[in-house]
Amino acid sequence: MSATIDLVRPTPAVDLTARGGWRTLKNRIATGLLVLSFLVVLVPLVLVIGTVIVKGAKVMGLEFLTSPIAATEQRAKGGIGPAIAGTLVITGFATLLAVPLGLLGAIYLHEYGGTRPLAKAVRFMATVMTGVPSVVMGLFVYVLWTLRFKQAGVGGSLALACLMLPIIIRTTEEMLKLVPRELREGALALGTTKSRTILTVVVPAALPGIVSGVLLAVARAAGETAPLLFTIGAARQVNWNVFSEANTALPSQIYANANSAFGTAQNRGWGAALALVGIAFVFTIFARVVSARFSLKR
Amino acid sequence: MDSQNQVRRPVAGIGNTEAVATPERPAGDLMFDIRDLSVFYGAFRAVREVTIPIRRNEITAFIGPSGCGKSTVLRCLNRMNDLVSSARVEGTVLYQGIDLYEPDVSATEVRRHIGMVFQKPNPFPKSIYDNVAFGPRVNGTKRKAELDEIVEQSLRGAALWDEVKDRLRSSALGMSGGQQQRLCIARTIAVKPDVVLMDEPCSALDPIATGKVEDLMQELRTEYTIVIVTHNMQQAARVSNRTAFFTAEVSTEGDRRTGVLVEFDDTQKIFSNPADQRTENYVTGRFG
Repeated sequence: MSATIDLVRPTPAVDLTARGGWRTLKNRIATGLLVLSFLVVLVPLVLVIGTVIVKGAKVMGLEFLTSPIAATEQRAKGGIGPAIAGTLVITGFATLLAVPLGLLGAIYLHEYGGTRPLAKAVRFMATVMTGVPSVVMGLFVYVLWTLRFKQAGVGGSLALACLMLPIIIRTTEEMLKLVPRELREGALALGTTKSRTILTVVVPAALPGIVSGVLLAVARAAGETAPLLFTIGAARQVNWNVFSEANTALPSQIYANANSAFGTAQNRGWGAALALVGIAFVFTIFARVVSARFSLKR
Repeated sequence: MDSQNQVRRPVAGIGNTEAVATPERPAGDLMFDIRDLSVFYGAFRAVREVTIPIRRNEITAFIGPSGCGKSTVLRCLNRMNDLVSSARVEGTVLYQGIDLYEPDVSATEVRRHIGMVFQKPNPFPKSIYDNVAFGPRVNGTKRKAELDEIVEQSLRGAALWDEVKDRLRSSALGMSGGQQQRLCIARTIAVKPDVVLMDEPCSALDPIATGKVEDLMQELRTEYTIVIVTHNMQQAARVSNRTAFFTAEVSTEGDRRTGVLVEFDDTQKIFSNPADQRTENYVTGRFG
């Protein structure tokens, strides 16, 4: 029975089978190129993280993380405790300076400034600041602040804050631009004032993006070496006070130890690099959790 | 269009004018008196000399082709056009006798009295409860019991309470489009406005959801004055008491098209016996 049905099956009116040849080949080539470029991009990423973990693990340990910095390069002992403390307080203080200013600046620019001359000027300056090399920023703060007030930590924080500020302003403004007009109108149509609309609807809607921008800025600042070279000096002991004299930071330790001829010091450099990556990682997770907690329901 | 008629309960036939002049609502009781209203965007005149009286507790519909300025006029009624920096208004919009464009009138205060529902449902990305409670909170209501009461009343008023009462704390973005639009209506009536402006409230909804919103408008009419902009002529015929027909004509001041009011009358008259040939062409589908 079924055999006869198969025999009388009519030829189809249209041919819907895939056309072979050039089109399929082009598709395969494009897919192949995409996969290839993904793999190529992955290589440096994996190598960097892998090398840092493998080499850093040799010295990593609680003692390394908490000990004071070795007095002489060739000694095997010594850790990076002061550098971790320095990175935390200097970056933390820089964040404290840059985030409120950057957020308020961006809100002014996007919600109130528009195309006013002041807003245009601020936007232009922020763009220019993005392009200033970090070592110039460090030199500038060194001359203007560290030489005059002898507050090494604050000097470092100021230099880092100057680097963070334009990133925060630009990303926050971009995120505010993405908030749909309908949401603002919905709030305003209920008789909500402009400031209240911004606080209760616009900023919460843009918050995940803003947090990402701030995170990017903080991570960049935490890894900056150049602005700290002049400003923060070189301490061997933990210094939690940003308003006192010399301090140190992880990037400075990586820089100093990488320049050393002694293997012991180089190992400490890798350890410091691993600690810095670890701090960035923990910070990222923390920021994601906070952002998920405070952003609006999706 | 036909499917919309099928799902409609027989609330209003064409030209539902029974509310026009009852003893409680004398015909002269004007909510808005729009006189010679012209709206400019920069140098371009988008709407020319529109005069429409809008009566209390009626549904007034603005119909007309795209670009005829009906939404622009609607957005003048709660000063939403203020958000467009180049917009400028000439003429007067009297609201209960007060000119909305007097310098000492606050747009924020105006919008507390004149609510608006938009074309695209725009719930805040917050919970259902927080969406409805947003307006009352902004206006200073803080006590939880009071807010609960307002939220329930408003959701009941928007015929949404039974569908959402068990998930008030879940996100409003998880609702269907029709539910979201009714939530936006609930959010609007939660601040107890006098007027609800609706800018094509059903254009993003399916016929069933449209039917629900139209039924709701009939219920809301007893308490609120409603002005609705719609592309859907059947909708205007079904729900409104009076209809304003706008069209766009080539402006004498440039080659862009300016919106003008062609005719304003009882909905029944507009759809059965319009005075202007252009209105007749439009409502009979022979638009040209």
